[in-house]
Amino acid sequence: MREVVIIDYGAGNVRSVQFSLDKLGAKSEITNDPLKIKAASKVILPGVGQASFAMNRLRETGLDQVVKALNQPVLGICLGMQLLFERTEEGSTECLGIIPGEVTSFSATPKSIHMGWNNNSVTTANELIRESGFVFFVHGYRACLNRFTLTKCTYGKDVFSAAVKRDNFYGCQFHPEKSGEYGAQILANFLNI
Amino acid sequence: MLVKRIIPCLDIKDGKVVKGTNFVNLRDAGDPVVLARKYAQDRADELVFLDIQATLDNRKTLVDLVERVARELDIPFTVGGGIKSVAIANEILRAGADKISVNSAAFIRPQLIQELSAKFGSQCVVVAIDAKEIDGQWIVHTSGGKVAQDKLLVDWAKQAETLGAGEILFTAMNADGTKNGFAMDALSELSEALKVPIIASGGAGTSDHFVDLFKNSGADAALAASVFHFKQIAIPTLKKELAKKQIPVRL
Repeated sequence: MREVVIIDYGAGNVRSVQFSLDKLGAKSEITNDPLKIKAASKVILPGVGQASFAMNRLRETGLDQVVKALNQPVLGICLGMQLLFERTEEGSTECLGIIPGEVTSFSATPKSIHMGWNNNSVTTANELIRESGFVFFVHGYRACLNRFTLTKCTYGKDVFSAAVKRDNFYGCQFHPEKSGEYGAQILANFLNI
Repeated sequence: MLVKRIIPCLDIKDGKVVKGTNFVNLRDAGDPVVLARKYAQDRADELVFLDIQATLDNRKTLVDLVERVARELDIPFTVGGGIKSVAIANEILRAGADKISVNSAAFIRPQLIQELSAKFGSQCVVVAIDAKEIDGQWIVHTSGGKVAQDKLLVDWAKQAETLGAGEILFTAMNADGTKNGFAMDALSELSEALKVPIIASGGAGTSDHFVDLFKNSGADAALAASVFHFKQIAIPTLKKELAKKQIPVRL
C-alpha cells in the first residue's frame, strides 16, 4: 500500500497526527518532498500555526501548487482546512483557493478564541463524518456555513463550518487526532475513502 | 455548546510526577505516561505537564517524555517549564505537544509572548501566572512562586493578552494545595477583564468547588493535580456531578 503523507511546513505539532495514524495501523511519513506528496495514497495538510507564516512556507517551497494539483483524497486539519479557502482574515493572507470563500474572525462569541470540546453536527450525509459527536477545537477564525459544509458547530451565537468537502479535498476545523475515539474514527474513515 | 474543561496537571521532576502543598514538600505521585493514559480514558479534556526542574541538562529528558506521552494521548496537552525561546518551544511542539506554557521567562521578557504567538499562533501559547493575595491585592510571583513582583495579576494578564497569549492559566498561590476552593474573586475579576479563556488552578478539593467555579467565576477550565492523582476526585464522577448542575461537560 502507498503511504499516507503528512505535509511538513515547518511549524507546530505535526507528530500527533502521525501518532494517531500509527494507532490506526496506517504507515505515514512527515515530509515536504513534492514527489512523495504526489505519490501518496492520502495527503494530510496539518493544522498548527499562523496563516501567513504557513502560506509563506508553502509558497517558498512551491508546495502550494503541488497541493492544488493533487487528485488523491486530501484532508486539511484546523489551519490546514482554512488554507483550502481563497483567503483568511488572519494576517490578510491569500490562501490556496481550492474552496471558494473566505475565513474570517468570530463574531458574537464569548471569547475571541474558540478553544475546547464542542459538538460536531452533521448537516450533509458524507463518508468522512457519519455521526455527530464531541471534538476538540482551537481556532480564532472560521469559515461560515457554505455549500461545501459537511458538519457545523455553534460557539456563542456564531454558527460555522466544522468540516467541509470539495471534490477530493476535505477539511476539519477541529483536531480529529485530539478528539479521542470519535476523532480516531473520522481519521479511519478518511483512510478508507 | 462549548463545554467546560477539566485538566489534570502533572508536575514533572526527573521524569516523574510530583505535587507539593503550597509549592513545597514534593510527594511522588506516579509515572507520567501511565497517568496520561489513565486520564485520557477517564475523559479528562486536556493535560498539562509542568517541568518544575527545567534545566538545560534535562531538556532532552523532557522532550523524550513529551514524545512518549504524545504517543499515548488522543487528547490535547500543554507543556511548560523553562521555555525561554522560540527554539525551545519548537522542539517541544515538534515532539508532540499541542500548546506551550510560559511563566517567569515571559514576565522577565514579555516580548517572548509576541515571538511565540507570531510563529505558532496565539492558540498555542498559554501564559501561566502565579499570584498571591497580599493585603487584598493579587501580586504576581515568578520563579516557581519564590519571587514577588511589583505587578498586579490583572495588569499582567491584560498585558499578556495584548502581546498574544491565547489562554491565561492562573494559579492562586494562597489556595494551592489547600483544597479549600478556587480563588473566586480573582477569577471573576480576570474573566471580566480578559477576552481569552481562563484556566483556574489552585484550591480544588471537592466537586462542589468545581460547580462553584463554573457557575460563578466565568472560568473556562479547571486545572488540578493532587485531587486527581491521589484519587480523591474521580473525573467521570466529577463530570456527572457538573452535568447534574447544568454545567456543560463532555461526558
